Amino acid sequence: METLSNLADGFVIALTLQNLFLALLGCFLGTVIGALPGLGPSNGVAILIPLAFTLGLPATPALILLTSVYYGAMYGGRISSILLNIPGDEPAMMTTLDGYPMAQQGRAGEALALSGVASFVGAFFATWGLVFLAPQLVKVALLFGPAEYFALFSLAFATLGGIASRNQAKAAMAAALGLGIAMIGVDGQTGVPRFAFGNVHFYDGIDFLVAIVGLFAVSEVFVFLEHRGEARGAGQEDKMKLGRVTPSLATLAGTGWTMARSTVLGFLSGVLPGAGASLGSFISYSVEKRLVDREGTFGTGDPRGVAAPEAGNNAAAGGALVPMLALGVPGSGTTAVLLAMLLALNITPGPLLFQSNPDVVWGLVAALFIGNLMLLLLNIPMVSLFVRVLLVPPKYLMPIVAMISFVGIYGISGSTFDLLVMIVFGVIGWVLRKLEVPLVPIILGVLLGNEMESNLRRALTISDGDWSILVGSPLAIILWALAITGFVLPMLFGRFFRMRMRHERAGEEGADPD
Amino acid sequence: MNRLHSWRVAAVSAVAAVALSGAANAFEPEATECIAPANPGGGWDFTCRQVGKTLQDLGLIPGTMQVTNLAGGGGGVAYAEVVNKRGDDNDLIVAASSATATRLAQGAYPGNTMDQVRWLGAVGADYGVIAVSKDSPINTLSELMEQIKADPRSISVAGGSAVGGWDHLKVLLAAQAAGIDDVRNVKYVAFNGGGEAVTQLLAGSVQAFTGDASEAKGFVDSGDIKVVAVLAPERLEGDFSAFPTAREQGIDVIGANWRGFYAPGGMSDEAYDYWVEAIGNVYASDEWKDIMARNGLAPLDLQGAEFEAFVRESVDRITGLSRDIGLLQ
Repeated sequence: METLSNLADGFVIALTLQNLFLALLGCFLGTVIGALPGLGPSNGVAILIPLAFTLGLPATPALILLTSVYYGAMYGGRISSILLNIPGDEPAMMTTLDGYPMAQQGRAGEALALSGVASFVGAFFATWGLVFLAPQLVKVALLFGPAEYFALFSLAFATLGGIASRNQAKAAMAAALGLGIAMIGVDGQTGVPRFAFGNVHFYDGIDFLVAIVGLFAVSEVFVFLEHRGEARGAGQEDKMKLGRVTPSLATLAGTGWTMARSTVLGFLSGVLPGAGASLGSFISYSVEKRLVDREGTFGTGDPRGVAAPEAGNNAAAGGALVPMLALGVPGSGTTAVLLAMLLALNITPGPLLFQSNPDVVWGLVAALFIGNLMLLLLNIPMVSLFVRVLLVPPKYLMPIVAMISFVGIYGISGSTFDLLVMIVFGVIGWVLRKLEVPLVPIILGVLLGNEMESNLRRALTISDGDWSILVGSPLAIILWALAITGFVLPMLFGRFFRMRMRHERAGEEGADPD
Repeated sequence: MNRLHSWRVAAVSAVAAVALSGAANAFEPEATECIAPANPGGGWDFTCRQVGKTLQDLGLIPGTMQVTNLAGGGGGVAYAEVVNKRGDDNDLIVAASSATATRLAQGAYPGNTMDQVRWLGAVGADYGVIAVSKDSPINTLSELMEQIKADPRSISVAGGSAVGGWDHLKVLLAAQAAGIDDVRNVKYVAFNGGGEAVTQLLAGSVQAFTGDASEAKGFVDSGDIKVVAVLAPERLEGDFSAFPTAREQGIDVIGANWRGFYAPGGMSDEAYDYWVEAIGNVYASDEWKDIMARNGLAPLDLQGAEFEAFVRESVDRITGLSRDIGLLQ
């Protein structure tokens, strides 16, 4: 029980008035940053690093501030997903699938509160996982070589068919489009630019935040302009009731197992460097849909479809801290920024961090618990405040969305070129909406495609072109088996499910998120 | 009385300071700006912020230095912006590193060359290391190179940069110096950053690691990896003093990932001299020595014309090497 006494020491470090204030400040800023489209956790943390330097904070308080922002942003991302169908950051994308339909059915408050609870559950248990399992989990991360990563990403794509759309062909086409966009930029394995047309702006590839904001937020504005704010606006005002602001006990109980499974899955994908929160929320959602969606209600406002990705992505945020603290290897963009911060504060992350800087590690873990509790307490009462966004008439809301999108994207890179790319994506998004092509698989293709390709090519470089390396370890074979099962099973049972779905849909007018 | 006195002294010395600096430099900086050609949190951002802060603390610039993040194209977007739009800005400096020189050499900043800007000075260097895992039968750089000569396919080298990037080039320079004629035989696997590359070394997917000393530090301290060579002119200080340089092993190669600054090509000579001196003063200050020690930066004392010659030499050498590996035609 040395761990617990260490943790108690951590609480002594974290529970000072200054640190509590920093945690509160971080949680609040993080929630706001997460909710704004274009600003995700990694930009949020990066933007606040200079603040931590300016305040002259020592290592532990600085980390408390920044990790509170990190956790806060993971909470905040869901708000705009649910209320506006615009993901606040990339892991919150899956939350739009069921969150927005719930809001349209007048259950916005319930969706927000439920996702808040799911976020808390995911983050809370992931932090315990971090406390007890960090040293063991590092060994799991070491089992993953390039071949295993490739199998893992293939597994993710194999389950893709389950999400987003009734039309599998359109989902597959959207994913292929995303994979194509991921190809743009300098190819790391040869150093040669692809699809860049000699334009230096394309060398780093397309920033997925630019793509998300363009596809979701800007295209939403275009749709609004197209309807001149009338047809859609009027319809919305009728539909958008605020509903109750607390989830019923029955809903909570009904999503309990979903949260538990998603927490485990999210945590594990967070632990793997190079997988991260987006994969966590995606796998959580698609596995849940496979397991419990017997009535075909996922995608039409099922509370479990809100709980799964939120528990998953918050658990992944905790999981990503495992390789960062125990190996000094970032598991996500945000932890990469945190790592840079640690280095600047004269702390060498690596296998010895737990021994050499226990005050930093345990102070940080304690701060995570405190921050997480604060976020829950901060978020649940504010639900009734958040939902009032829906009362803002679209003619005021949409210009604000457009403004935030432009400011957010310009703020990241300071480049007007990215604004143009964003507008292009907005147009593409608008066209695809007209064609009823789901947008989520595109982003998944962009997010996961790069890593999937790099790992395939790394594996083949290592094996001198011998493809058998891809099934060269028991872990890889297990992952392939899961991928094949996930891909083939729904085809076999698909007919049965489709019949039931049709039956269900006959009753209700489908509120499709795409 | 006492307070009045000290106030007077302060006022007089302030006037004196202004007069002195006015006499020393015809150029007076106004609203100074540092462009970090990457997102916040990276190496270039760090260089701008830390140097900007030190400049302010030492009283070398008026007020704070504004740091602008202008990411894209591995620094190419910022380079083009400075060349095309900010060509005669006297208050602007831009963070640079070996990566800048590498990309200039490989023509990865389309249409731009190193002569379009003025090179100010370096503020330190992160020397390269080549390492193997602790269980590896290989103990020295010579043994590693012999193994690659004997069976190139048996050794995969992992690094944190893309093919043709600095981590890749370092191991190729070492291979050339060790007498491997066709450096294309060295099998290099590119990962996203040094941390991921070291992890794959621990996982056993690859047999060797090439990276910067600072990236390897945590794993060296824990004893998980074995550094076979440091690519520095002399042994480093501190934890790395136990590891031999490549030169000691008869392989004459130095791989320094330097950090420094360039300025717009049309900057006036007065302003150029001012910035060269200011960066030299930062480099010489105790505050900066402290920052270098904390961040694993080793000395590299080059300013003005000397620095420009150094950058030119590395651009030329990288150009040659990139031809050898077929990255340049």
